[in-house]
Amino acid sequence: MKPKRVKFAFFLDLESAYKTLLRNKIRSFLTILGIIIGVGSVIATIGIGQGASKAIQNSINSMGSNMLIILPGSSSLGGINSGFGVLPTLTLNDVYAIRKLSSVRTDTAILGMSQQVIWRGNNWSTLIMGADSTFPIVRKWPVAKGVFFTPQQVASAANVAVIGNTAATELFGLINPIGHIIIIHSVPFTVIGLLSIKGFNAFGQDQDDTVIIPITTMMEKIAGTTWVHAIAVSAKTQKDTVTAQSQITQLLRQRHHIPINKPNDFFVRNLTEIAQAANSSAATFTILLASIAAVSLLVGGIGIMNIMLVSVTERTKEIGIRMAIGAKKSDILKQFLIESAVLSLFGGLLGITLGFGISSAISAFSPLKTVVTAEPIIISVVFSLCVGIFFGFYPAYKASRMNPVEALRYE
Amino acid sequence: MANSYDITGKDPLIRLENIGMIYKIGDISYEVLKGINLTVENGEFVSIMGASGSGKSTLMNILGCLDKPTSGNYFLEGRDVSKLTPDELAEIRNKKIGFVFQGFNLIQRLSILENVMLPLYYAGLHSKDSEEMALNALKLVDLSEKVNKFPNQISGGEQQRVAIARAVVNDAPIIMADEPTGNLDSVRGADVMNFFEKINAERGATIILVTHDKHVADYAKRLITVKDGIILSSETI
Ligand SMILES: Nc1ncnc2c1ncn2[C@@H]1O[C@H](COP(=O)(O)OP(=O)(O)O)[C@@H](O)[C@H]1O
Ligand SMILES: [Mg+2]
Repeated sequence: MKPKRVKFAFFLDLESAYKTLLRNKIRSFLTILGIIIGVGSVIATIGIGQGASKAIQNSINSMGSNMLIILPGSSSLGGINSGFGVLPTLTLNDVYAIRKLSSVRTDTAILGMSQQVIWRGNNWSTLIMGADSTFPIVRKWPVAKGVFFTPQQVASAANVAVIGNTAATELFGLINPIGHIIIIHSVPFTVIGLLSIKGFNAFGQDQDDTVIIPITTMMEKIAGTTWVHAIAVSAKTQKDTVTAQSQITQLLRQRHHIPINKPNDFFVRNLTEIAQAANSSAATFTILLASIAAVSLLVGGIGIMNIMLVSVTERTKEIGIRMAIGAKKSDILKQFLIESAVLSLFGGLLGITLGFGISSAISAFSPLKTVVTAEPIIISVVFSLCVGIFFGFYPAYKASRMNPVEALRYE
Repeated sequence: MANSYDITGKDPLIRLENIGMIYKIGDISYEVLKGINLTVENGEFVSIMGASGSGKSTLMNILGCLDKPTSGNYFLEGRDVSKLTPDELAEIRNKKIGFVFQGFNLIQRLSILENVMLPLYYAGLHSKDSEEMALNALKLVDLSEKVNKFPNQISGGEQQRVAIARAVVNDAPIIMADEPTGNLDSVRGADVMNFFEKINAERGATIILVTHDKHVADYAKRLITVKDGIILSSETI
């Protein structure tokens, strides 16, 4: 009887490694705990990082194209927001002057204020924003139904309104709002457009909870002011945002007659730049966290090496027996390498589960939506396998070099 | 002297020429084997006797290719194996030699069947057929009923029979045993010896065993006496 030679003995080796490790469940588990925590935190931190950068990316996209924002106020008066809506420094004429700059595509004044809006029996408190007809271009925010108001309607301070989706739903329910008359601050407005849905901004505010009316109408009939709260500027290209920033600063200093030794009475913020900086610092943070996690993976690997050394010593006699009946060096090496690889791979898989769990928990209980992609998972599996093989090699090598007679004498 | 074996033109199974073994512990050398010359023909049943510390186990380890001599030559089937690499020796242990130890040396966490299949695994055989071969070997030592038990679930005599099954499973032409009955009472010892006799008679395997027990030595057809690292006598019985 001549037995067949089966080539894929590998599965047999795997099975025997698996059985060996199961015999010492608690020890095996404690050994791979480092790998579990390492891989788990790699997956979770990368998930958090990618979630954060996706959120930042989304808010960059939703802000508008190549946008700068100009706010009234002086840095000598303190923080960024101290001047918002307080210092009357920006006018509609500033808006029109900025629009003529070479680096600027267009801009819009913004004057916002919370007000009750009434339609028939319903009323709803929402953000009323005065804006220019260029608003949809600057904010990359087109209407879904109807039309936006025209430059003529702005010039004549017409009583027309474009309504955001949330405000429309609150006031009109399922009724098409276009053509209906709404009352704001006792002034009737005809709804001529419904904005497309924009969603929440980076601060968690519902951007669709708004009604937009011509800036002129806002100034004259609602707010009773000649100042604007902000100017949103769209530069021609992303590169132009930097040029625009200096051109606008120069222009406004000139228009506001600011002496050379006095500070600006306005801020120009390049939102694209800020967003990119935030994005890259999120990326840096992710890399930092992931490297800490990787270090814990290495520590986990050392744990594996330690326990494999113990295991090799404990099983000296077994190694001697195996050698006595014909195991070659490579057979012994393979046996222990497979064991440590299986051990760390197990740790990797449990770590992935843990990382997924942490990511899902963060998504469920915090506003941050984590993103777990295939990449870190594949990397973790490969990495933990490498850790197992790398740190398992020395103990396995030690085992394979034993002298059979001496190994057999070991008790 | 080497030429004296070439008269028939056929090599003996085993030929030791002037085998010496020196252990060094620190600066002190112990000459344990002092020029052993020995020939064993195919199918022989040889026992080696001698006082404790006379070098029997050292000699057996060399004969079993577990260790290499410090000097001299060991021809196995005409091939000089005294200078082979560890892996080449492993190959010989796997294919040519079955070794039975005093302490049984079974792997505790493997079943009886798995223990017996292990030499086949290292020979590169792993299939239903190798299971079949292991079952046959276990049948030879009357252990068909216990194949799924573990070493700690059977008696010492049975463990030694498993070790014999493991030694013969690869159809090795040589079975070596170093005090195989040393850990057994005389009844179990006799039981084990009957299987060696059976393997020698039925399979034609060459058997070399070390013992201090005259009753055990009497199972053999030739008795070699070792004293202080040299062969004192070799007589047919
Ligand atoms: N690895 C070793 N290192 C040093 N001395 C050894 C070693 N192995 C055996 N010896 C010594 O060699 C002598 C013979 O040992 P051994 O062959 O086991 O004798 P036996 O089996 O006949 O009792 C003893 O004195 C023993 O102490
Ligand atoms: Mg001995």
